[in-house]
Amino acid sequence: MQGLVEIRWHARAGQGAVTASQLIAETALEEGKFMQSMPEYGPERTGAPLRAYTRVSDEPIEIHNNVTHPDIVIILDDTLIELTDVLEGIKPNGKILVNTRLCKEDMEEKLGCSEGIEVAVVPATDIALDTIGRDIPNAPIAGALSKFTELISLDNLLDHVERSFSEKFSQQVVQGNLESIQMAYEDVSY
Amino acid sequence: MRDVKVVASSGDLMIAEAFRQIDPDVVAAYPITPQTIIVERFAKFVADGLVHTEYVQVESEHSAMSATIGASAAGARAATATASQGLAFMWEELHVASGMRLPIVMANANRALSAPINIHGDHSDAMGSRDTGWIMLFAENAQEAYDNTILAFKIAEHPEVRLPVMSCLDGFVTSHALERCEINDDQDVKDFVGPNKPQNALLDTDNPVSHGMFANLGNVYMEVKYAERLAMENSLPIIKNIGDEWEQVCGRPFAPINTFGLEDAEKVVVIIGSAAGNFRAKARELRAQGEKVGVIGVRLFRPFPYQELAEALSKAKAVAVLDRADSFGSREAPLCLEVKSALYDAENRPLVRNYVYGLGGADVTMELCQKVFEDLDDLMNNKKPAREVSYVGGRSKE
Repeated sequence: MQGLVEIRWHARAGQGAVTASQLIAETALEEGKFMQSMPEYGPERTGAPLRAYTRVSDEPIEIHNNVTHPDIVIILDDTLIELTDVLEGIKPNGKILVNTRLCKEDMEEKLGCSEGIEVAVVPATDIALDTIGRDIPNAPIAGALSKFTELISLDNLLDHVERSFSEKFSQQVVQGNLESIQMAYEDVSY
Repeated sequence: MRDVKVVASSGDLMIAEAFRQIDPDVVAAYPITPQTIIVERFAKFVADGLVHTEYVQVESEHSAMSATIGASAAGARAATATASQGLAFMWEELHVASGMRLPIVMANANRALSAPINIHGDHSDAMGSRDTGWIMLFAENAQEAYDNTILAFKIAEHPEVRLPVMSCLDGFVTSHALERCEINDDQDVKDFVGPNKPQNALLDTDNPVSHGMFANLGNVYMEVKYAERLAMENSLPIIKNIGDEWEQVCGRPFAPINTFGLEDAEKVVVIIGSAAGNFRAKARELRAQGEKVGVIGVRLFRPFPYQELAEALSKAKAVAVLDRADSFGSREAPLCLEVKSALYDAENRPLVRNYVYGLGGADVTMELCQKVFEDLDDLMNNKKPAREVSYVGGRSKE
């Protein structure tokens, strides 16, 4: 994707959306892009709905505000679709990536989005449980995003996650995350 | 110039990096959102042995500033960081720091003041302290937060300045968001700032002095305050020179005001902090459509660059001044008062309209920027009265 790409994340606190936003932005930086990654801070309670934003661009980014007209919307918990207007302000040719067990057609119906908007689905929670052993779907959703949008390359994402997670987590956790990214990259359907 | 590291970092983390590179003798601080990351990260540097700093964990911001004052008066290079209620709690000590002419550096992650309680960014805290005798720098982004903090030490310690410096950054928007940033080489930063050269240090027992003494008779107090006024006024060219020196090292320019499109702009927005970029992005779009618009981002608020501002506005016809704080009971908010003051003696006196925006972190949307430029059209055609403050960007849908 070229030019300024703006992403809005819908998630619940504890799912790792902020980390996922950072992974995308940091990988993009390593690919020579300019980037921003910011959560919308509120009362921080596990399970509370939250938004986060990512910007990636070939040019320096001078705006500092919330993403109100996203090119990409990422939904980390599909129960948020009934609670919040996830489609608000999305660009006419925007893309939506959802962590869900639903198939693409059922999700399209559930979202009720207009023509021109492309929907992708991936069971990131199941993948996280299988590979990492915990319901933290942030790494797999980043893998799915890489395939769906080509915003960042899979190899660079894996490389970045391996380096940055190794500073904080055990080798087992790092390997689980890498596996989850690979699996979501292959499983995402659109 | 040695190596420059390109990193994904936030304003808070960048200030912590600047503190690490400069390695102050003493840092005394108390955590408060959205500043906490600065002292949290710096405490890690201390624990990891990356700095030689004496890190003082105090029980309040009042004590943080008191300990910093004590350390600085003793001759140490001393720094701290705070925000919002923390800065308000320091208030009486802020005057002590400047009155004793102590070169303290303090980062302030601008945040709204209670009540009602709000942890998000606006300039109410800093604007409340604008008459406390501190030099005040404001960052537009994380990179400027880093650069301003490095400049702050050199400005504060300049023998002809000797005033405390506040390095301000917008809470959350700049303090917490990750952006592409450049970190200069440690030795380049150390060489630029130079060694601490204490003046009238209390620990210099061969040359005993007293600080902050009783000055109750004979108008000595007046003399001391006048000296403060002169020091502040005379610091402007020194600040500019130090900014130019830093540009020689890092390649990133410094000016008291950042200007865009001012060569021909008739409609100009004047603003402080992170939202300057939003207006510049909108101005770029409008200029591409042939509109003569411009933006001034104010980076140095104390001392206020009156002459630079008046010169930059010499071709302007209509000016919108955007304040992220209000001054209740005043006709206009703080920045607008300064802009109008700068224009009073100027040959070209454009129409001026004042807006208060972004209080408590209210989002500065591109639609808001568009509306302000459209209002300037109306102002130029005298459709709207200039003498009223407008609040723009209220409650969002959710």
